[in-house]
This record gives sequence, C-alpha cells and structure tokens, in this order.
Amino acid sequence: MNGPQDLGGQMGFGPVAPEKNEPLFHADWEKRAMGMTIAAGAMGHWNIDESRHARESLHPADYYASTYYEIWAKALEVLLKRHGFVHPLELDEGRSFGKGTQPKRVLKAENVAAALAKGGPCDRPVAGEPRFQPGDRIRTHNFNPETHTRLPRYARGKLGVIEAVRGGFVFPDSNAHGKGENPQYVYTAVFTAPEIWGDGADPTLTVSIDAWESYLESA
Amino acid sequence: MPHDHDDHHHDNELDLMAARVRALETILTEKGLIDPQAIDVIVDTYETKVGPRNGAKVVAKAWSDPEYAGWLKRDATAAIESLSYTGRQGEHMQAVFNTPDTHNLVVCTLCSCYPWSVLGLPPVWYKSPPYRSKAVIDPRGVLVEFDLVLPETTRIRVWDSTAELRYLVVPMRPEGSEGLSEEQLADLVTRDSMIGTGLARAPETA
Repeated sequence: MNGPQDLGGQMGFGPVAPEKNEPLFHADWEKRAMGMTIAAGAMGHWNIDESRHARESLHPADYYASTYYEIWAKALEVLLKRHGFVHPLELDEGRSFGKGTQPKRVLKAENVAAALAKGGPCDRPVAGEPRFQPGDRIRTHNFNPETHTRLPRYARGKLGVIEAVRGGFVFPDSNAHGKGENPQYVYTAVFTAPEIWGDGADPTLTVSIDAWESYLESA
Repeated sequence: MPHDHDDHHHDNELDLMAARVRALETILTEKGLIDPQAIDVIVDTYETKVGPRNGAKVVAKAWSDPEYAGWLKRDATAAIESLSYTGRQGEHMQAVFNTPDTHNLVVCTLCSCYPWSVLGLPPVWYKSPPYRSKAVIDPRGVLVEFDLVLPETTRIRVWDSTAELRYLVVPMRPEGSEGLSEEQLADLVTRDSMIGTGLARAPETA
C-alpha cells in the first residue's frame, strides 16, 4: 500500500540528528512495548508481514507523529483486537473482562533465550529454477496495490540489473493477508541513481532493493 | 514531534503512552497471554547480551583472517553463526565490504529492518523518517550529518532492506592497525561503521 511507511525519497522531515551516546531505550514503557510485541507475536496468531502491515496501516498523521515504539504498541493493539484477544473497551478501561481468543502458545521466561536464538527464518523451498540470473536486465513492475507490498514506490517501473539470486522466501504481499506463504525467489536488484531520481541525481550512487520474482520483468 | 528523541516522555508519570502500554500489559497478563517475566528476559537480552559488540567481533575476525572474510562474503549467516551470533532478525545475513572505491550504506525505507543478531536494537534515527527518506536519494547529505565526508569519486551503494536479508557493513580496516589483536581491532569497530554511517576508528583515536 502507498502508506506512510513508504519513505524513500520523501522530503521535508528535517535532519537525521543522530543522538550522541543514545540510550537503548528512552523510557521504561518502550522496553515493555518492545518485549510485548515479541511475546505476543510468539503466540503464533499473526506473522511478521501482518505486523508490518498493521504498522503501515496506521493513519499517516498518527504514523508520522509517533516514535517507532509507539507505532509498535499501537499496531500491537490493532493485531490483538483483530484476532479477538482483546476488546476495544478493555483497552479503554485498562482491565480484562475475561477470556478472548485462546493462544496457541504462550512464551514463558524460560523459553525466551531459545525463541530469540531460533528467530523466524523466512526462507522456503521454491519449485523450479530462478527466472533471473546475475547480470540480467530487469524492469520492476509498476503497480499500486492497496494491500501490503515490499516494492517501494521509488523503485517501481525502473530499469535495473540483477546482482544476486538470494533463494526462496515467503511472499509478504500474500502472507500479510492470511493468503499463504507462496514463496518466490528473491533477488538483489541494483539501480543507478539517475534511473531512480532523474535529473541531477548523483552519478556515483547506486541503490539496491531485495525484490521478489513477481516484482520483476525482463528488460 | 516524533524525532526529538522522546524528551517529552522522560520521567513523566502521567505520560499517555506509558499509561497505555501499562494498561495493555496488565490486560494481556490478566488474560494469561503473556508472561511479564518473559518480557524482562527479552529486554535483558538486548540490553546486556545482543548488541554491536557482536558485529564488531565479526568484523575484527574478518580483518584478521582472510579465510573467515571469504566465508563471510560467501555465506554470512553461517560465518556469523560460527561465532554464536544467531537468531531473530539475523536469520538471513549478508556482509557487504567497503573498498577504497565503494562505500556501503544500509537502510530500511519501509520499516526498521536491522541486523539485530550482530548490532542489537536499532537507534531511533535509523527507524525515523529523516534517515529512511533521505538515505536512498541523498546519502552523501546523510553522511555529512555523521561527520563523514567521502571523496566525490567514491561510489556509494545503498542497500534498502526490503526483504528478509539483513546487511552488515564490513568497514575498511584502518591504517596503522597492523599487529593489533582481534580484541583490539574490535574496539575500533563502531556500530555506525557497520551501518555505513561511519568508518572504523583509527587506532590512535580509539
């Protein structure tokens, strides 16, 4: 979706302003929001793509006015409501009214180390050979789906070159919407800055994205 | 004001976000959906165990051991796993090597993808709109904000982490670091140098 998350090349946000000696967290609630996001995700009722889609579906004004852990916390509420774990009134009142959806599993403290060490690999076998090989010229698809996609707007309809075949990965565009993993080959595709940004672009700059096969056409 | 580093959140007991997150944790705990102690362990993991010192050790080893560097280039996930750095947001690693000709910079324009297993949790600026918007169109302008001015002839390659591959920049080994141990070399490797917004420190300033 052409949501607030799709930031590449947007302007007007001001300086990057890296903070000297930045602390890992800026408030205690950020720790809880981070940990809860992981712990609730570990119940196994949604995947990382649905999580990302929940975040980018926040209203743009809300997204841009929120720090990243605020975005995580707000999207977590959306996911918990969507999957029947909490009722909006419970969030309003700050207490539980009783049981909702029963979780497939609950992440216990003693299992955290193993769960974090395992992570959530997204590579999957794909039948057939990759359609593209390093050195192939491609053009990215031009589309504007209202649903989740990982092809940024700045890289749509652009001529580039395949640099690497990365193997098969879960396809987020369907997986975010409960429509299956449908794995595809992922490629690193490189573009020159003049191809992406046109007039006045830095000729010494190249930008790559990691693109699922269906984002790409031969060129 | 999303990018003022949360000054408005500091030490304010009435803070709306603090109250909202506390309410959510209370509800989820009452329903038995989360174990609050699991959250403590998760937080402790990223506060004390998983952070940029992991990545620094990977880089120092690559500088010291050409065979390891070759492995890291071919199969970063396995090479990094051999140092016991594995897991969440490091499942599919790629290492990209700076050269005298080419400087690498990593961004996630679409969210906050970052190689947690080797760098820990990302800094606020990495996840915020100014960096995410600018890194792909004006990386030199971004680098200036980090006091990094590259020669005009140096090519810049920006890696937008749009899929599940996570990128670790291997900065160039600084001059004058000959003869240093891996441990001493690791001290020269900053977090920013592994994102591409910095260079490794020179030994005399380390």
